[in-house]
Amino acid sequence: MELALSVILVLMILGALFAIHAKDLLSAVISCSMVGYGLVICFLLLKAPDLAIVQIVVETITLVIMVAVVLDSTRQEPFTKPDPQGYMNIATAIVLTVVLFFFLKAASGSLDYFGRGAMRMARHYIEGAAEKTGSANLVTGVIFDFRGYDTLGEATVLVTAVLGSLTILRIRGKKKEVI
Amino acid sequence: MKGMSIIVKETTRLLAGLIFLYGIYIIIHGHLTPGGGFAGGVVVAGSLILLILAYGSDYMHLTREETGTTITENLALLIALLIALGGMAFGIKVFFSNWLPRGTAGELVSAGVIPLYNIFIGMEVAASILTIFLALLIFKEELTK
Repeated sequence: MELALSVILVLMILGALFAIHAKDLLSAVISCSMVGYGLVICFLLLKAPDLAIVQIVVETITLVIMVAVVLDSTRQEPFTKPDPQGYMNIATAIVLTVVLFFFLKAASGSLDYFGRGAMRMARHYIEGAAEKTGSANLVTGVIFDFRGYDTLGEATVLVTAVLGSLTILRIRGKKKEVI
Repeated sequence: MKGMSIIVKETTRLLAGLIFLYGIYIIIHGHLTPGGGFAGGVVVAGSLILLILAYGSDYMHLTREETGTTITENLALLIALLIALGGMAFGIKVFFSNWLPRGTAGELVSAGVIPLYNIFIGMEVAASILTIFLALLIFKEELTK
């Protein structure tokens, strides 16, 4: 399973890299969706069907909207040469990557192997969830009962995102009613 | 925006209702099978987006529809919040507590308030995704009018 996971992860990284360097906006959008669909297969391999359902539908809708937007807009992207400031940014990014990778390597030694050995909190969830919530699907039981605040925050984020995008996308502004 | 060819229209006419029903199935069985409010809401929104894309916005008479979806979205979140507040009035008096009788696990009507949360979160997710899509569509058409 780890081999399949690594192959899909490498494909996702390649898709993301191609999306940056594509000449055409449309091919950039399509190759970017490779990341999303790869994530669906990763979720299925890691036995998380709830997340996989959400991810595949959201990815499809996002892809449809993006393609509709791209087909309407100009396809060409203005090509800009990196100025000295740009080289500085690249150098900073590389240094940051190395530093972050070093600390991640140091920290990952103290973690448990992925998927084995539930933590204290998680063990509590697994043992008592079915009786405490009465829900047959443990994931729903956890997100709406034990972690209700978390779900409330997620729903609020969605509402705020819609408000923000309505504000930005509105071009003309509402007309005032003349009495 | 104009509609697509007759093949797409006929296929959509057959499929859109089924997709809508599947989304509702995922929402109300959220506490029994994989899925739930978030997944089912996006499926419901997907069926409506499919209808709009296939038949075009002229056919659906979209003028100021985005106010309706915005109101649905905000009301659904408000009702979910009121259900959570109900936990402070009944039962053990804790915010977000499960204050309805739980029933036997595995039946459709069970798990207390969790199915209610699923239904209203599903409404909220469907309405918000549809709002973003309609905003992209309507505001552009207003500009070209």
